[in-house]
Amino acid sequence: MSREGYVNAALIAGLIGVPLWAHVAGEPFTITLATRAVIFALAAVGLNLALGLGGLVSLGHAVFFGIGGYAMGILAFHAQTYTPMFPDWLNIEGTKSMPVIWLVAVVSSALAALVIGLLSLRTSGVYFIMITLAFGQMFYYFAISWRAYGGEDGMSIYLRNSFPGLNTLDPIQFYGLCFVLLCAALWLTARIARAPFGLLLNAARQVPHRVETVGLDGQRAKLVAFVISGAITGLAGALFADLNRFVSPTMFSWHMSGEIMIFVILGGVARLFGPVAGAVLFVAMEHVLGDLWDHWHILLGLLLLGVVLFARGGVIGLLAGKARTHD
Amino acid sequence: MTDPVLEVRGLTKRFGALVVSDAIDLSLNPGEIHALIGPNGAGKTTLIAQVCGMLAPDAGRIRLKGQDVTALPARARARRGLARTFQISALAMEDTVLQNAMLGALGAAATPWRLFRPVLQDAALRATAEAALSRVGLLDKAAVRTAELSHGERRQLEVAVALTLKPAAFVMDEPMAGLGAEGGQKMTALLDQLRHEAPILLVEHDMDAVFALADRISVLVYGRVIASGPPDAIRADAAVREAYLGDAA
Ligand SMILES: Nc1ncnc2c1ncn2[C@@H]1O[C@H](COP(=O)(O)OP(=O)(O)OP(=O)(O)O)[C@@H](O)[C@H]1O
Ligand SMILES: [Mg+2]
Repeated sequence: MSREGYVNAALIAGLIGVPLWAHVAGEPFTITLATRAVIFALAAVGLNLALGLGGLVSLGHAVFFGIGGYAMGILAFHAQTYTPMFPDWLNIEGTKSMPVIWLVAVVSSALAALVIGLLSLRTSGVYFIMITLAFGQMFYYFAISWRAYGGEDGMSIYLRNSFPGLNTLDPIQFYGLCFVLLCAALWLTARIARAPFGLLLNAARQVPHRVETVGLDGQRAKLVAFVISGAITGLAGALFADLNRFVSPTMFSWHMSGEIMIFVILGGVARLFGPVAGAVLFVAMEHVLGDLWDHWHILLGLLLLGVVLFARGGVIGLLAGKARTHD
Repeated sequence: MTDPVLEVRGLTKRFGALVVSDAIDLSLNPGEIHALIGPNGAGKTTLIAQVCGMLAPDAGRIRLKGQDVTALPARARARRGLARTFQISALAMEDTVLQNAMLGALGAAATPWRLFRPVLQDAALRATAEAALSRVGLLDKAAVRTAELSHGERRQLEVAVALTLKPAAFVMDEPMAGLGAEGGQKMTALLDQLRHEAPILLVEHDMDAVFALADRISVLVYGRVIASGPPDAIRADAAVREAYLGDAA
């Protein structure tokens, strides 16, 4: 196994060991923190596919996080109030079933990513960043003005949604569910990176004109990557809403987009486990430093500066060295 | 007489007041190397960019294997058999040599949408890529990161990627640029063989290579073809000597 393999294995071991210990020791709050880290990691795994492999600097991934959140919120709201959804044209019931909610979250965020990708991939560089940011703000203000679902205040879901065969109210069981989904997303990303599609995307990021000259469509590859990326981040949004049993427009805010990007950069752009390392570090800092000092974001900023200036590979790069290109 | 593989008629391109391509006529016949020479800034790379579809001409037609491809984007022309190499190497520097060649093989096989199966385990693609690397003498460097290659090896890899396409015509922009004497000779020998697989439109400043290889030479000056013909005629042409060759030839 490579050094990066050991680092990744250690991260996985920590994500299994610590919550299990907390469960045995009766520390549910630690499990909640771990769940938060795992969900953030999942959101960032989504972004890493677009950013790391495709070179798409999206500052609008909160759109998908928020869509996932609102998919959960809207479906569960109608289920808990026994009211039909969009009675004038859809007239369907809500649901408290996680698998159904996840499906809706994934499909709707993929569709949003398709539309946003089609429009923003016409540009590149700083214009791409600005367009994705603008979409984020549009969704944010739309959510604020959507009175039916709480407007600015958001809405609370009283009972966590259900998953067949599990008691999702038990913190360790809900954690396990999120952890399995994170592993599935990591597996998917690893497969994609090695597949023909990954080779194409990787080259389209580095030398777009080369890709065209061998008869391949680099822009289309970036679009597909953006859609898969948005779908993964959307799934994370649904889980995040379920963790908090609350959704609000802040899930759409550009702070959220920025945080997802911070997870990726902190952990290591284009490194498979970069988003995991970044999200774990972020949540740990937020908890430990946040307790000591209200302005802990200043320290986060300094750390980020250090990573960008001196350690481009992020945490994973520091621990495992340069990325290997061949396997 | 056989039909040309590649045919350019009346190609014109302006950048503002600058006419970079001035009603250019050009053809590439099966089995030949057609060299395009001319001073720096004459418009050779710009012409190639239009031939390959990276730049739209203001006027004129381009035909590939008899079909008008003027309106087609670069990737469609590549799929129809046009393989370009770049004056400034266009390689994925973070990837290995093999991965760069595999990209070409992937383009030729047109199977890029497979999301799961590891590409390096695809035996057919790998065979195509490795055969091309072996042709240019880079097979033993297959696992090396492209950024670590020497300049000369990058030029060889450029040609290898073009080879993976099994093209109907090569369009090469200064493949010898920056190669030493020995590298230049190796590349000359390679191109000499390649012409039997597909004809080559060769932009080159290395006159030894050009006169050793070319069946025909066209001379481009300020966007205009001022002379075109067999090497001996070009060598003897007074206008060409004045505009470009000087005393060197
Ligand atoms: N996009 C562009 N906009 C404006 N002018 C351009 C553009 N691209 C090229 N030119 C100009 O067109 C002319 C021809 O350039 P080109 O690169 O085709 O020359 P070349 O014959 O390939 O030269 P060299 O031998 O140095 O490679 C140059 O004067 C160049 O500055
Ligand atoms: Mg040039």
